[in-house]
Amino acid sequence: MAEKEASTNQIGLTRTDYRGEKSTLCPGCGHNTISAQIIMACYEMNIPPERIVKFSGIGCSSKSPTYFLKKSFGFNGLHGRMPSLALGAAFADRSMKVIGVSGDGDTASIGIGQFKHLIRRNLPMVYIIENNGVYGLTKGQFSATAEKGLELKHQGMNPFMPIDIVKEALVGNASFVARSFAGDPKQVRELLKAALSHNGTSVIDIISPCVSFNNREDTLHSYQWGRQHEAPLHDISFVPTKRAIILDEFEEGSFKEVTLHDGSVVVLKKLETDYDPTDKWQALKILEKGERDHYLVTGLIYVDPDQPSLYDFMNLTEEPLNRVPNSKMRPSKESLDKINQSML
Amino acid sequence: MKKESETGQNMSKAINDFCMTVCTVNGSGSATANTTLLRAMFHMGIPVSGKNIFPSNIKGLPTWFSIRVSKDGYLARVAHDDIIVQMNSTTFSADVDYNVPGGVVFYADHIAVPIHRNDVIAYPMPVKQLISEAEVPRNLRDYMENMVYVGVVSQMLGIELDVVHEVLLSQFKNKSSVAESNFAMVKMAADWARDNLEKKDRYSVEAMPPLDDYIMTDGNTAGALGAIYGGFEFCGWYPITPATSLAESLNIFAPELRKDPETGKNTFAVVQAEDELASIGMAIGAGWAGIRSMTSTSGPGVSLMTEYMSLAYYAEVPLVLWDVQRVGPSTGLPTRTGQGDLNLTYFLGHGDTNQIILIPSSVNECFKFGWQAFDIAEKYQTPVIILSDLDLGMNLWMTKKFDYPDQPINRGKILWEEDLKNFGRDWGRYLDVDGDGIPYRTVMGNENPQAPYFTRGTGHDEYGNYSEAPEVWVRVMDRIKAKLENAREDLPKPEFRRLEGARIGLIAMGSTEPAMLEAQDKLEALGVKCDFMRIRALPFSKEVRKFIEEHDVNYVAELNRDGHLHQILSLDYCHMTEKMVSIAFMDGLPMTADLIVNALMDREG
Ligand SMILES: Cc1ncc(C[n+]2csc(CCOP(=O)(O)OP(=O)(O)O)c2C)c(N)n1
Ligand code: SF4
Repeated sequence: MAEKEASTNQIGLTRTDYRGEKSTLCPGCGHNTISAQIIMACYEMNIPPERIVKFSGIGCSSKSPTYFLKKSFGFNGLHGRMPSLALGAAFADRSMKVIGVSGDGDTASIGIGQFKHLIRRNLPMVYIIENNGVYGLTKGQFSATAEKGLELKHQGMNPFMPIDIVKEALVGNASFVARSFAGDPKQVRELLKAALSHNGTSVIDIISPCVSFNNREDTLHSYQWGRQHEAPLHDISFVPTKRAIILDEFEEGSFKEVTLHDGSVVVLKKLETDYDPTDKWQALKILEKGERDHYLVTGLIYVDPDQPSLYDFMNLTEEPLNRVPNSKMRPSKESLDKINQSML
Repeated sequence: MKKESETGQNMSKAINDFCMTVCTVNGSGSATANTTLLRAMFHMGIPVSGKNIFPSNIKGLPTWFSIRVSKDGYLARVAHDDIIVQMNSTTFSADVDYNVPGGVVFYADHIAVPIHRNDVIAYPMPVKQLISEAEVPRNLRDYMENMVYVGVVSQMLGIELDVVHEVLLSQFKNKSSVAESNFAMVKMAADWARDNLEKKDRYSVEAMPPLDDYIMTDGNTAGALGAIYGGFEFCGWYPITPATSLAESLNIFAPELRKDPETGKNTFAVVQAEDELASIGMAIGAGWAGIRSMTSTSGPGVSLMTEYMSLAYYAEVPLVLWDVQRVGPSTGLPTRTGQGDLNLTYFLGHGDTNQIILIPSSVNECFKFGWQAFDIAEKYQTPVIILSDLDLGMNLWMTKKFDYPDQPINRGKILWEEDLKNFGRDWGRYLDVDGDGIPYRTVMGNENPQAPYFTRGTGHDEYGNYSEAPEVWVRVMDRIKAKLENAREDLPKPEFRRLEGARIGLIAMGSTEPAMLEAQDKLEALGVKCDFMRIRALPFSKEVRKFIEEHDVNYVAELNRDGHLHQILSLDYCHMTEKMVSIAFMDGLPMTADLIVNALMDREG
């Protein structure tokens, strides 16, 4: 560990500068791996921690913002209602990078409404769902993403079909939709980096096993199952600027580039399928196929880099609203006189 | 039985002193006609107020618009009508029952309901005939029908036609041709009335000295403007009657008033949320991140906001919540007025919370509290709830012109990069360094490495660190309590109207004030002297206690069933409960002076 800390990124920060408090989650919890990748992604992207703001709802997953980016402002809000909190705050300074962390209970049950409306509005933010199919913090109840037939201690058998967050995001017109697996840290990291460059809501559903309540090897959110059934759509690499791509690494014709809003590029190296992540129709098909054939489709599933963001719709000034001086906040006395005059 | 005309003729004249109700069907476009009458009298210098009593329905049900005309400046509702203008057959008989003896009924003569009272004066109006003579296009007929009564009533009461003309021109600002065609109809109807109706009643208007200091508008418009002049930057809201027009007024005024002149870009954002859970969430996020943030709703929305409001209380996030009250429980009477949310809002939250409440009583005060609330919220780093109601929010009132804020914007204890560098003391987000219970806060975007902290609803210490230690919990909760205790004497103080030697106190809040002041005068005329105190903020300041102490008995009058204000006063001043009597009442309509007078006289004997 120590020897790595010595190295710094382009803005002179060490990885330690991106760390948070010591995690109090169960050892082995998938959420911890994700925190580690958030740290890495921000470090590698050279984002100053003070330019990042983090939000979460309630749950083990939602606790995790304490465990990364200690030097960033954060707000651990209410169960299922992180999106609205993030949205309101983002208006105060649109130059901030917003990261939201939620759980599957937080997002797919109590928070499904806010989730769907956030993506519809396309607020620029990275929305991570640490999906373990179970309620961790309240000790092992079914979440809405638990598969039909799952058996849990104290709960019996789940008779209902699950909600697929990725499909919800797609039909909700999200502009960036990805799925990953906490056991595939590199993919998580590359997706996070691409998401941080996207000018809109980036939904990343990450299967994140709960080692305490839902990690039997035959269950869909377990490490074992994930490892055996993960089917990445591509090898994903994030390239901060176009210049830096080394095309030689890729076999001619076997990769696809997606240029994001800020000019950075996601390079997707094709694996088995000839997959185009800008084609929503194909995205839905591949998800259906994965479900039918019982494998976990991961990777950048859909992206539309050109969809306008929330700020574009609101004609919002670029200047941080929270730094508008008092003198500019109150309209003039003359304007009030005019209003009085109009109400006679 | 005497003929109705004789009854009226023998009575003394009532000049600039009557109540007139126009009875129409909602969706018939009568609002323009009614406000034309209202504004024309206002332009003649006559004190007037208008109340819209409307059903929770878009089209086809009965609706009433009452205009109180009062040379003495009484603006409250009165229960009986001197004059009705009847355009609706279904409520004809019931409405006529509200007429005082000697009262007047103007009615569209195609309504085939006989008038069952012979102590009222009836003026038929040949609405259809005039419309057909005027050759009004079919699609405009409904609107023009309303202009017929504007003309007839103006002629018969003495409302000056050139003033009506002027009002129509200002109501149809950009469409002078529409204003002119409406006025042509008014003129034709007035001419008809002049030639065909004989004045038999005692009611009339006469111009008075101009009301130069007054404007005519509603509380929701005023609240929105107040917010804008208070530097509002963010509003997350969700539609609900009667609060909707507050946020919509932001949409009307802010794009012009809060546009950056250099870039043409907005320095504010109004977001229509998906529900109240989200609207308060957005408002809290924005308030937390350091912008002046608000939301507006009504009782059902407030209840959905409860959990987030207790978070804002405990995490010490400033924001302003407008509750424009309607009648509950449940969906209740969604288009009627009441003051039934006081208990809900004062204690809004779970665990130990109480919120700062401001209660405006006039449209002008809606404006004032609109900007003051931001200063209070940011100074104390806590939510401020403004309790308005439908009567205040949606009805037209003559009100003092809006005064430009007399205090500079106060952002409270915010530290930016340099401030933190020069702070010179130990900084923790929840550390009370000044002994007033109010900590210093930093907000998102502050690049001083000391600034960031993690906000949570769970137990935290003075540095924002998670803690479940009992003593830490108690310390933080006690400090927040002390902080709000300090606010008591800083919030808008009660207002008084005292009469020499009064032993009885009258206590009220909000939109019932005009009725209370009128009642105070009426009681005095009956030989019962009362002092009046209007509560403007909760928690109470020491003047409230003093007032109660000073009087043998205090009547607490309010528009709800269970006496919320009375309950909270009794809780705070439990040693004086025997001095406080509740005269709460609620039927969905605005308070009248007679209700107070009767309730009080019943008890005083
Ligand atoms: C309004 C409300 N209802 C219920 C709870 C209790 N609660 C806390 S966490 C949680 C579920 C969390 O599950 P998930 O989002 O899947 O996160 P995990 O703990 O599995 O990471 C619930 C129901 C709460 N905090 N607030
Ligand atoms: S209970 Fe499950 S989700 Fe919560 S910390 Fe432990 S492993 Fe993670």
